[in-house]
Amino acid sequence: MSGTDAAKTTSTDRAGLPDGSVDRHFAAPVVVGRPTAAAGSYDESGTDVGPDAKDTGPAASVAPRSREPRDRRPLTRRRWFVVVGGALLPIALLLVWQLVSTNGLVPVSQLPSPEMVWLAAIDLAQRGLLGQYVAISTQRVLLGFATGAAIGLALGAVVGLSRLGDILLAPTLGAIRAVPSLAWVPLLILWFKIGEESKIILIAIGAFFPVYTIVAAALRHVDRQLLEAGRAFGRHGISLFATVQLPAVVPSVLSALRLALAQSWLFLVAAELIASSMGLGFLLVDSGNNGRIDRIFLAIILLAVLGKLTDAIIGLFERRAILRWA
Amino acid sequence: MTATSVTGRQPTVRSAARADATAAAPVAFRGVGRAFESAGAVRPVLRDLDLDVAAGEILAILGPSGCGKSTLLRIAGGLDRPTSGEVAIDGTPVAPYDRRTGVGFQEPRLLPWRTIAKNVALGLPRGTPRETARTQVARLLELVGLADFAGHRPREVSGGMAQRASLARALARNPGVLLLDEPFGALDALTRLKMQDLLLDVHAAEPTTVLLVTHDVDEALQLADRVILLGAEGDEPGAVIRQTVVVPGRRPRDRGSAELAELRGRLLDGLGIDRHGVARGVETTTTIPHYPY
Ligand SMILES: Nc1ncnc2c1ncn2[C@@H]1O[C@H](COP(=O)(O)OP(=O)(O)OP(=O)(O)O)[C@@H](O)[C@H]1O
Ligand SMILES: [Mg+2]
Repeated sequence: MSGTDAAKTTSTDRAGLPDGSVDRHFAAPVVVGRPTAAAGSYDESGTDVGPDAKDTGPAASVAPRSREPRDRRPLTRRRWFVVVGGALLPIALLLVWQLVSTNGLVPVSQLPSPEMVWLAAIDLAQRGLLGQYVAISTQRVLLGFATGAAIGLALGAVVGLSRLGDILLAPTLGAIRAVPSLAWVPLLILWFKIGEESKIILIAIGAFFPVYTIVAAALRHVDRQLLEAGRAFGRHGISLFATVQLPAVVPSVLSALRLALAQSWLFLVAAELIASSMGLGFLLVDSGNNGRIDRIFLAIILLAVLGKLTDAIIGLFERRAILRWA
Repeated sequence: MTATSVTGRQPTVRSAARADATAAAPVAFRGVGRAFESAGAVRPVLRDLDLDVAAGEILAILGPSGCGKSTLLRIAGGLDRPTSGEVAIDGTPVAPYDRRTGVGFQEPRLLPWRTIAKNVALGLPRGTPRETARTQVARLLELVGLADFAGHRPREVSGGMAQRASLARALARNPGVLLLDEPFGALDALTRLKMQDLLLDVHAAEPTTVLLVTHDVDEALQLADRVILLGAEGDEPGAVIRQTVVVPGRRPRDRGSAELAELRGRLLDGLGIDRHGVARGVETTTTIPHYPY
């Protein structure tokens, strides 16, 4: 239900916008580009000036100035090209998919048409299942990711910063890491039944190790010369950590989090495939058992979209952090 | 041998003088030796070094590459510990990362994520009030000619500029002992002369003991009260003080004076022998090498 609602509101939103604002919405990213602050002030100044001065307002004087340096950048560095370029392949795939399935080259039982997948989505949404599955899966991923990443950061810091911590913890954690993660499943099910805990813990295990490993290694390899400089200028302990070590590892921490998030989705599906009564993983098994290939496609596409979306959010932070700290 | 502080310097540096000026401190090396263990073998680098540096003196340390100049400086700053002997500043043994010292490393070692101004601020004593810190940093940047680059990141400035920022950072804490490891190595001739003058100005305004490692004999003679030449003696490994030269006259010195020319020749000879020309049976160079050697 919520799925269709969302779809409806976005489509009506677009249709309902006055012509001018639609234009501005589409024009702004092309002219001013990603620097969101610039795009924001652009819009604001437009409303400040009022409808009669739309064309001659500050917008007109800003546009050429901001355009000039952009034009010198190579095509591959421009925002719109990156977005369009990234969308090309999915669109092409969709077209090929449509062609192949409508031409009957592959039987529908093997490859449903995009329309069938769309209808399956609407059907599930009307039963109220689509929103629920997406919500529960996302919730599990976020909870598991947050737990695992937090513990990973803490233990990674202990092992990376303290020689003693390294000696005491690293061998054990290394051994636990060596256990193939799916080996935990029977144990978790025995201990926690098929409840939420078992899945969240499995996801947390999946998120923990990339964060722990990368953070510990990054802290261990902070430039010794910079550390020595920090110490020579009176920093030690917490202040040394805040001055040198933490800033030095910020980019690594973010890429570790990104990796951990991807792992979290992986482990989510593993957990839901094996033992669950809802969620996208459950949708996959259930549809497999019932031969609903359209729903299998739907689940896969949803996983791709959700995974990419959450990844993009961290990616945004990562890009900022690299600009700021690297 | 005791430093004679130079008078009549430019007012710009005077304004950099602070009320909290730390008094210059004498440094004493007693039987200092340092050996490094590598690949199972113990290799002595410094051997039984005795040296007294008076408060406010500028001591230049010359020597061939790899002879242990940086090691000596690091020991003086408490960044490294001698394997034998000890170093005392103002009569008390050097503590690890001794706060009485300010270090200008051989490499700029600026924190890449901080602006030049914030990097210089790192050198200020901890707990400096924010407002004071800002004016101090602005002054220091002005002094080393980086006022326009305060907001730049280290990767956005040249090597020489980074080195000047590093010098400013070392000066920031107004240390009793200033340890400078080839602070002007990456500078062009003109900037180098300017920075040498700057160092003398700072020293005149706030007399501090300076241990200055350099490769440049002329620089040593121009800046220092005394020059020591480190190097191996005989077949024994490990550097000792091979020569000590008390530089006559007051700064600023006349670069063309005959007296300095004679000292220059002596020091270059000392360095030249260390180039192993004789030992390897290679013909000794007839021309005096110029910096960089
Ligand atoms: N941490 C270390 N471990 C092992 N050997 C070291 C270490 N630090 C320095 N050495 C050795 O000590 C010797 C002296 O090094 P040092 O850096 O003091 O030379 P230097 O006189 O400053 O040379 P340069 O003029 O090239 O800077 C070198 O042979 C070097 O290999
Ligand atoms: Mg050195």
